[in-house]
Amino acid sequence: MLLTGWDRGRKIHLYTNKIAAPANKGKPNVSAYYRPDSLTDALAVLDRTGAVVAAGCTDLFPATERQELAGPVLDVTAIDGLRGISAMAGGWRIGATTRWSDIVAADLPPAFDMLKQAAREVGAVQVQNAGTVAGNLCNASPAADGVPPLLALDAQVELTGTAGHRVLPLAEFITGARQTGLKPGELMTAVVIPHTSGAGRSRFLKLGARKYLVISVAMVAVRLDHAAGRVTDLALSVGACSAVAMRLPALERQLIGQPVRDLSGRVDQRLVSDALLPISDVRADAAYRLRAAGELLRRALRDLEVAA
Amino acid sequence: MKDGTALHLSVNGQSVSVEASPGRRLSDVLRRDLGLTGTKTGCDAGDCGACTVLLDGAPFCACLIPIAQVAGRDIATVEGLASGGAMSRVQAAFLRHGAAQCAICTPGMLMAASALLKQIETPDRRQVERALGGVLCRCTGYAKIVQAVLDATGSHGTAEPAAGLAVGASVPRLDGPPKVDGSEVFGADFSPPDALLVRAVRAPHDAARFTIGDVAGWIARQSAAVQVFTAADIPGENRFGVLPTCSDQPALAECHVRMRGEAVALVAGDPAVIETLDLTEFPVRWTPQPALMEMADARAPDASRVHADRNDNILIAGRVHTGDPEAALSRAAHVAEVSVKTGYVEHAYIEPEAGSAWMDGDMLVIQACTQAPVMDRDDTARVLGLARERVRIIPSAAGGGFGSKLDLSVQPLIGLVALKTGRAARMVYSRRESMASTTKRHPATMTARVGINAQGQVVGMAFDGDFNTGAYASWGPTVAVRVPVHASGPYRVPNYHAQARAVHTNGPVAGAFRGFGVPQAAIVQETLYDDLANSAGIDRLQFRLDNALRDGDRSVCGQQLFGVGIVDCLLALETPWKVALQEAQDINARAGPIRRGVGVAGCWYGCGNTALPNPSTIRLGITADGRLRLHQGATDIGQGANTVIAQICADALGLPLHQFDLIGPDTALTPDCGKTSASRQTVITGKAALLAGAALRARILALSNMGDEARLALDGNRLRVSDGAGQRVIDLSVLPPDSQGYVLATEQSYDPPTQALDENGQGRPYAVYGYGAQMAELEVDMELGTVQVRRMTAAHDLGRAINPRLAEGQIEGGIAQGLGMALMEEFIPGRTENLHDYLIPTVGDMPEIRSILIEKPDPEGPMGAKGLGEHVLIPTAPAILNAIRHGCGARITCLPALPHRVLAAIHATQEARDG
Repeated sequence: MLLTGWDRGRKIHLYTNKIAAPANKGKPNVSAYYRPDSLTDALAVLDRTGAVVAAGCTDLFPATERQELAGPVLDVTAIDGLRGISAMAGGWRIGATTRWSDIVAADLPPAFDMLKQAAREVGAVQVQNAGTVAGNLCNASPAADGVPPLLALDAQVELTGTAGHRVLPLAEFITGARQTGLKPGELMTAVVIPHTSGAGRSRFLKLGARKYLVISVAMVAVRLDHAAGRVTDLALSVGACSAVAMRLPALERQLIGQPVRDLSGRVDQRLVSDALLPISDVRADAAYRLRAAGELLRRALRDLEVAA
Repeated sequence: MKDGTALHLSVNGQSVSVEASPGRRLSDVLRRDLGLTGTKTGCDAGDCGACTVLLDGAPFCACLIPIAQVAGRDIATVEGLASGGAMSRVQAAFLRHGAAQCAICTPGMLMAASALLKQIETPDRRQVERALGGVLCRCTGYAKIVQAVLDATGSHGTAEPAAGLAVGASVPRLDGPPKVDGSEVFGADFSPPDALLVRAVRAPHDAARFTIGDVAGWIARQSAAVQVFTAADIPGENRFGVLPTCSDQPALAECHVRMRGEAVALVAGDPAVIETLDLTEFPVRWTPQPALMEMADARAPDASRVHADRNDNILIAGRVHTGDPEAALSRAAHVAEVSVKTGYVEHAYIEPEAGSAWMDGDMLVIQACTQAPVMDRDDTARVLGLARERVRIIPSAAGGGFGSKLDLSVQPLIGLVALKTGRAARMVYSRRESMASTTKRHPATMTARVGINAQGQVVGMAFDGDFNTGAYASWGPTVAVRVPVHASGPYRVPNYHAQARAVHTNGPVAGAFRGFGVPQAAIVQETLYDDLANSAGIDRLQFRLDNALRDGDRSVCGQQLFGVGIVDCLLALETPWKVALQEAQDINARAGPIRRGVGVAGCWYGCGNTALPNPSTIRLGITADGRLRLHQGATDIGQGANTVIAQICADALGLPLHQFDLIGPDTALTPDCGKTSASRQTVITGKAALLAGAALRARILALSNMGDEARLALDGNRLRVSDGAGQRVIDLSVLPPDSQGYVLATEQSYDPPTQALDENGQGRPYAVYGYGAQMAELEVDMELGTVQVRRMTAAHDLGRAINPRLAEGQIEGGIAQGLGMALMEEFIPGRTENLHDYLIPTVGDMPEIRSILIEKPDPEGPMGAKGLGEHVLIPTAPAILNAIRHGCGARITCLPALPHRVLAAIHATQEARDG
């Protein structure tokens, strides 16, 4: 078992092989921590130990008051080729450990503007430098900032196990609040955006009770393409207003083919409300969330109209 | 835990090797294994950014990074910013601008700023705000931090003021350098060798009876030695409280808990063992009981009692009555009435409570963050059954306090373990533990009526308020007494009745929080004043001016007041007010969902204890070798007491400020300067410092037979006294030293002259008052209910601005807390015990702040000075609420004004208008 890590081209021996052992009396429990440099090794560790997958750790550490992650831990940040964004035939591939700050810095077409805007709203700079795209998806918070723009980009997730790859639409991957379709032994290895979703321009709007470091009350992502003054393609999604961020297919259908001008005036609040099931909590009540979702959609569309 | 292979790290350009588990937080390894305690931890969750370090030049939260990920990368911490003994430019700018107050956030701010400045040498404000957006500050309101970063390339310095010119100079804080170089020692930054780590087992229920089960069996199941302490181990009287007459809080609960988070047992042992214990497995059998969470439930006729001896769950009621308010209200031309509800507000200092205790011979020494060292000593001694003389309190730097660190937290707990084991003991609250177990601002339910005559003069006011003091008394009595005295605001109210009650519930203990209930009461009075001005058709600022107290007027307590600065403060707002109203009118003529609103509110606040003695004592001495030492026992929690008190003393004595050595605070080294609360340190300890400086000067003049005009100069062991006619030289080295080692020394006390209040609250509750008025300009989004405050203009009468820059820092920080209280802060027990569900303003939420310092001398205050620390928060929330109402018509009566509440209020207003 290879248990070394690569960092900036330098091979370092991080750690000897310690499989989580039963707690020994008189000796603190040793937590196993794996940081392999190949996907094959990572999958083998996962298969054997069922380790917790760690990347940016921006959700794992806040979940404990302890000073050490409880093992066994599989740290995937040293795996070659898992970080970065690449254009390829058929679309774009965002590696699982791509950081939010990588997204901000990437050269991407305007259809990805909403993803970049969302990336700048994930916590603050410190969290954007550590947190990963795949981590945001696998954590499956109803208020995950990354989900609405990726839904509006028709993102698919690549899940890899020892038996091979499978690809799922993001909308099918997140099945509920903090619930995903990830199977034991599987790692998310990439997020894939189809070529067709790279068209048009996009906008992300987030509403919270303060400017930085805030969990959304509601957020929307909108991607719009048009020809001859009419909408040819439209993707609308809303986050933090249901257990899982949602696309709004009924409203999309109603607006496709309409004139781009005054699109915002055609947003039917009923179609927004019918698609969502928000909760009332300390941040806002459900009725407010529905209204806010509609208003944010109107504003995002207006921004895109103005630019059209 | 030292359980890993050696990892090679590069920290501040040096290669180091640590033996540590790869899954440990980088922050913990930096602090514990490498001793780099300049990196602070405030939440262990990435919510506060205090632990910001740079990895390969980019900012990260060190609490969120397992050290496995940093091997081979360049780690930069605050300790590495200075080079060759010289501060970096950004550190110097922080000092110069007063950007560090308590300074617990300063290392994180400095690192976030230095990452930006490496990329962009002269960033603009937006870039600075984005770079600092991930670091929370609770003291400064961010204004001076942003200024410092924008001016990092600047170098203008402040010359050290000459003798006699310290007061009025914006001297950089004397205790500043350790605050910007990472060497300041906060509660968690010091660990005696081989200290036991202590953790508390806390109640998961709001109310419950309990029995402790098989502790021996539980200990036996642990992997290493663990010691357990319960109430049965407490040698003294197991109750504490800031007011001796109603001490009611056990250090460890005995058989029942009255609130979530109450400690029932302590575990202590080797840190690596204690840290990993799962305390939910500790053997406690809980029998939950019905909890009274709302004041309405607690005051219901058949309610059970939180404390058996407190009828109707009322701890205490306070009352002020003058004239015949009901008759005046019945004859009034206009009467306005409102009911307002506010929630728990959390202090949210970035430093959770922490400290260490050890035995020094017979003496128990406790070094912890605090605002009240002498009260800590006395209460801890009582709980532990020790004579006061056997307890020494050394306040660590306090990473924010705002009132909550007046109450005991870790002190009796670590004191107990150190006393029982003879070993050093250390405790660091987690963020959750800090928020769950320490005091809050009192939630209030208040109703008031105010009436005016046809000329717009206030003729009468009636105020009634319930203040939820939670499970224990803490400062509930102070709130109940202060509120009726202050609920009139700084206005003439000839007929007045105000009563306030501190009501027990099973909620968190409500204690002192900047203003002791007055900020809540001001919301009621100031929003009613807008109603009345509108009813009478008088400009809202003019209405306040018409009714403002003037010199020689009597307060609602019958006290004749002089040095009253409220008119000056309101007048200072006149021009900006007119400009702002015009601007709002122009903006509101445009289409779109944004409505601009402008609001104003005034404040007053009495400095020091309410009609109770609260003396301060200052010792000042010169040694035979010419060291000038000021023993100053007032804790500086960031507000600047160390600097301001020394400035006053320097000018009273007539020697330059930079020749002073500061001693203390430390109960073994400094006389009692009381607590840092009630905006009292500048006034009361400042006056003691003035008296000490004057007394030592008189002594020196007498020795040299010179008149009061003479100038002093301290030059080594020579003290020169000169006037136009000649010079005398006192050779200090030949004078006999006293028992403290001083050849010239004095100790002076000052207790402000107050007079007890009678049954109608009539008397002289405070010797000195401060005044202020603030104007808010903001924008309401009519479709989303969001509020963006654009500008606050704050005029505060502080009598004499001892240090104008520090005063501005207080104003900016107070406004930040007032803005949070108005717009976003609401503590819900069990639900918002972290800094991502409990929101305080970030740098991006702060408006431009224009401070106007008014200096109307107080006849009693030192050099005319008045207090400021709490005043600055009081008008902010009412000014914001009045501006919201002005902008969109919505009246918010349930705080905070979260977007959904504002939108609902907008709709209610629209329906009322249309319906």
